[in-house]
Amino acid sequence: MPSPDLSILIIDENRIRASIIEDGLREAGYGRVAVIHDVNEVARTIQATMPDVVFIDLENPKRDTLEHFFSLSRAIQRPIAMFVDRSDGAMIEKAVEAGVSAYVVDGLKKERVKPILDMAISRFNAFSRLTRELEQARSELEDRKIIEQAKGILMKTRGLAEAEAYALLRSTAMNQNRRLVDIAQSLVTAADLLGP
Amino acid sequence: MPTAHLTAGFLPLLDSVLLVLAREKGIAEAQGLDLHLVRETSWANIRDRAAIGHFDIAQMLAPMPLAASLGLTPIATPMIAPVVLGLGNNAITVSADLWTAMADQGAPGDLAAGPAGAALARVVAAGRKLRFGVVHQTSSHNYELRYWLAASGIMPDRDIEIVVLPPPLLPDALGAGGIDGYCVGEPWNSIGVATKGAQIATVKASIWQSSPDKVIGMRATWAEENPELVSAMVRAIYLAGIWCADPANHAEAARIMAAPAYLNADEAIVARALTGMLDIGGGTVRHVPDYFIPHASAANFPWKSHALWYYSQMVRWGEVSASPAHAEIAAACFRSDLYRMALAPLGAAVPASDYKTDGTRQTAGPIAAHDGSLTMGPDLFFDGRVYDPDALDAYIASQRQP
Repeated sequence: MPSPDLSILIIDENRIRASIIEDGLREAGYGRVAVIHDVNEVARTIQATMPDVVFIDLENPKRDTLEHFFSLSRAIQRPIAMFVDRSDGAMIEKAVEAGVSAYVVDGLKKERVKPILDMAISRFNAFSRLTRELEQARSELEDRKIIEQAKGILMKTRGLAEAEAYALLRSTAMNQNRRLVDIAQSLVTAADLLGP
Repeated sequence: MPTAHLTAGFLPLLDSVLLVLAREKGIAEAQGLDLHLVRETSWANIRDRAAIGHFDIAQMLAPMPLAASLGLTPIATPMIAPVVLGLGNNAITVSADLWTAMADQGAPGDLAAGPAGAALARVVAAGRKLRFGVVHQTSSHNYELRYWLAASGIMPDRDIEIVVLPPPLLPDALGAGGIDGYCVGEPWNSIGVATKGAQIATVKASIWQSSPDKVIGMRATWAEENPELVSAMVRAIYLAGIWCADPANHAEAARIMAAPAYLNADEAIVARALTGMLDIGGGTVRHVPDYFIPHASAANFPWKSHALWYYSQMVRWGEVSASPAHAEIAAACFRSDLYRMALAPLGAAVPASDYKTDGTRQTAGPIAAHDGSLTMGPDLFFDGRVYDPDALDAYIASQRQP
């Protein structure tokens, strides 16, 4: 059961990822979600929003700063500790693997926090997947461009048809046990060096 | 010997040098280890990823295994340290502006902790509100800085604010005026001097001579399950220490450490801590021969008495309560037995005792050792206090807050 009354704070330097998590929480019915991108703003935000749960991405070098801030009891009215329950090792592991760390106010029941943690972890994982896929698509596009260029060079200098140029690149790659794009890159580089 | 995969986490600090050399100079490989190094962004990440087993071992602040074993950390996994990554390496650096005020109050600029602390106390007494940065709460840096301040008559938290920032962000924070000083390992003091006009006010080697700073930490259960890997790793660190201590190797060590994968810093700046030739500010170079000790004075030996000193400071600053059970847990984290066992095949000299008194040795001299002789450097505290682990309770009582 979601507890829409809980106040949640997301600290993430990555604005896109932060908004993906924020959207997920709002869609799930959590209305009190605040986002900051710099740990330095945390004092002000905590006073304003009184969060029950705080998320921070593990890439953030200021995790130590945040934890120290939490440890200064006078800075906040309620103590905040990492994760909901020390005994829940699997949950902690899942979070760290996803690249997120969670801090929860003292005394909050595990079952109230779990859906929030699950949501943040799955959104972090989804974001990583998205980033990986984007990276892959980008490099595939780059590869295709280089292969097109290499084909063009072969067609021009050796008077080959497009299919023949491609076949030549492919057989060369296979014979040398190298990737097609690497052969194409060598050809493009060589052509650049040799000039027009 | 078959090669075993070993993943180690580290932070971009000079005293990761023995881990890095163990890999880059083939020392770990010669011990049958395929050592993989993962650079982290925070001590909190090192702590958590070591606790859940992403890292087999990690460079840790000396008090970190204690904090984990005493249940002060979120994932309360018992941790141990069978080897120390060296002595010294930290310094306290202040902004140009604060240094001017300290110099006006009589700071001589010779790195001696006593006069520098006395000058700072006069600046504070004159009503100036100061903020200093350290790298982590349960860190040698935090306890050293607090020791220096308290012994100089400045009450931490009341007279001076202490905040936590990761090492690479400290020079910028100083430059931007967010903090007035910081206690950190190299190269971040020298980078503050080189890029922000900062001044090194004093060094760990003056606050407490020949004192430990970083260790290799690991889960106690992992160490139990992998005794041969632990031994091989301790040997690799010890042998890397010998290589690193040779002045003929300082230039190469600096070149290796300066690379983007490690410190990603200027080679000449990295070399300062290795050679002990520190630019302390304004182009004044001082030679601090014991600034960083990777091998001499049994630098890699995990003294149980040192674990207890860190425990005494955790008690002093209210992080853990004093009890015989806590003291026992703390002492058990530093595994001198594993160190001795690992070095036995090398025939290397090892201290005969697990405990030593600090604060009495004024000049270098021998200590009781097995398999050879060992010379220890001076181990004085700048305020002349003596730390006797046999009188731990009295030591703790003498430091109790008024």
